[in-house]
Amino acid sequence: MNVRIDAKGMHYRPLNKIIRDAIVSGEKEFELDNIGGQRYIGAGINESVKITINGTPGNDLGVFMNGPKIIVNANAQDGIANTMNAGEIIVHGNVGDIIGYGMRGGKLYIKGDAGYRVGIHMKEYKKQVPVIIAGGTAGDFFGEYMAGGIMILLGMNGKSPLVGDYVGTGMHGGVMYIRGKVDPFNLGKEVSCLELSEEDTKLIGSYLKEYCEYFGFDFDEVMSGKFTKLVPLSIRPYGNLYVY
Amino acid sequence: MKCDGIPSGCAISGMMSEQGRRIDGRIIIQSIACMHDRSNGLGGGFAAYGIYPKRKDMYAFHMMYDNMEAKEATEEFFKDYFNVDKDEPIPTQRENGISNPPILWRYFLEVPESKLEFLTERDYVTNTVMKINSEIEGSFVASSGKNMGAFKGVGYPEDIGRFYKLEDYSAYIWTAHGRFPTNTPGWWGGAHPFTLLDWSVVHNGEISSYGINKRYLEMFGYKLELRTDTEVIAYLIDLLVRRHKLPIDKAVMCLASPFWKDIDRMEPEQKKTATMLRQVYGSTLLNGPFSIIIGHSNGMIGLNDRIKLRPMTAARKDDMLYMASEESAIREIAPDLDEVWSPKAGTAVIGTLNGEVE
Repeated sequence: MNVRIDAKGMHYRPLNKIIRDAIVSGEKEFELDNIGGQRYIGAGINESVKITINGTPGNDLGVFMNGPKIIVNANAQDGIANTMNAGEIIVHGNVGDIIGYGMRGGKLYIKGDAGYRVGIHMKEYKKQVPVIIAGGTAGDFFGEYMAGGIMILLGMNGKSPLVGDYVGTGMHGGVMYIRGKVDPFNLGKEVSCLELSEEDTKLIGSYLKEYCEYFGFDFDEVMSGKFTKLVPLSIRPYGNLYVY
Repeated sequence: MKCDGIPSGCAISGMMSEQGRRIDGRIIIQSIACMHDRSNGLGGGFAAYGIYPKRKDMYAFHMMYDNMEAKEATEEFFKDYFNVDKDEPIPTQRENGISNPPILWRYFLEVPESKLEFLTERDYVTNTVMKINSEIEGSFVASSGKNMGAFKGVGYPEDIGRFYKLEDYSAYIWTAHGRFPTNTPGWWGGAHPFTLLDWSVVHNGEISSYGINKRYLEMFGYKLELRTDTEVIAYLIDLLVRRHKLPIDKAVMCLASPFWKDIDRMEPEQKKTATMLRQVYGSTLLNGPFSIIIGHSNGMIGLNDRIKLRPMTAARKDDMLYMASEESAIREIAPDLDEVWSPKAGTAVIGTLNGEVE
């Protein structure tokens, strides 16, 4: 049985309370209608529940989330998956800026374009490896100060530029795969471009298979593109910055 | 009313009918209210264009007075400087928690021919605005344009909108602001929009180049009396577009100039223009995080800082152009859009009036 909530005109506090209380009483599935800018949906929830969102959710969707699966049938805004620990967020549209800020686990799959500063300071620890995949383009500062995790950018809508300026500025961990060429002019000083190894192809294939199923992209077509792999030159690029 | 410091607003929304259709104020209140949590109750305001069709050729001065002395002094001043066609209190209703408003009065003014021997009418009006703000204690001009007005104060924007009874006004451009001041307490004169003539600015962010911009503006006779960073944007756009006659797309290149490294890669003609603008107008560059919506009689301009440190979404539906800090604030009033996009950093979204105002 799923819990259906009409969120028209509802503030985020009662909305999120209804969800949390229902989870305590054992509910596992939610469908939220007429969502319009309510913030913090899914915030800090530890249980493996499923939340479907119809409408545009507010900022910090899935902040501190630790387990749920959230499906958004619209565009979403800024700060999605902020410090998220586990779970999945699937957005059938475009997203705003600073998504995956400090994300430390789980998956964030976006069908369309992403804004500025995707995956800023995303990190990983042992088995906790966050993954962000965007099917369209991304703005400036893609992977800024990235410390861990995996980011994949596909450019499936053919829009140009595929990725903005300052790609991977300050990056010191993790890996990015961009389906296409990145102009060296747009690369941060802290990253280098590599060809994909067989292991890389296997790794992205495992995530992209699932990704393509969610959004109906053709897996073979996605994989047939030529990817650029970006890794940090150093795990400690600023070690000598203030030591003189 | 006056206080020190630099404010930093946090929710903006704007809507415009490029065909000049007029829409009542309830819609814009609904949009800005959707972003309630971006404000903290210390400032809200609106700019509306096309609201005084019966007196559209007169300067509509919206005034804020601390006390009756300020009102009397200003009215004496108006009698000397203008022909006053009509004056009346700005209608308000007090049931919604807005406290301690100043005296709010509006005047419809004409400039006597005899005053314009040595300067243009708009320079003359600009000078009077500067004079009132700097010389009459407790008297502030909230707006001074033709067929437009600013409605602002301390409170949440949706409360300010109802306080001013915006449902009774129809405009082809509405902009709105919800304030979350981080560097100063809120005060009535410090609420957005900031205006001069028909220019209005709502702003989310903070202008760290305020000092440079202020000194530059002072050389052209502007007096920055509202002690707020956003004020410089209103005067800079007036200087660039009205006085120096730059087209709007070039003026925004002065406010959010391309980086030198990007100018180096431009095509020769474009490179020449961009270099020239940066060299001549280096002091008009706005530094720091901002997203702004500028209103004027012929359109609406949305602009972000050059590395997009504040949010902005734009959308179109038929003849309507929308801009807001969040997409949800646009969907709230226009669920089905023809087009919705995130403007790039430092790239203006420009709406232009191409019909007759109703």
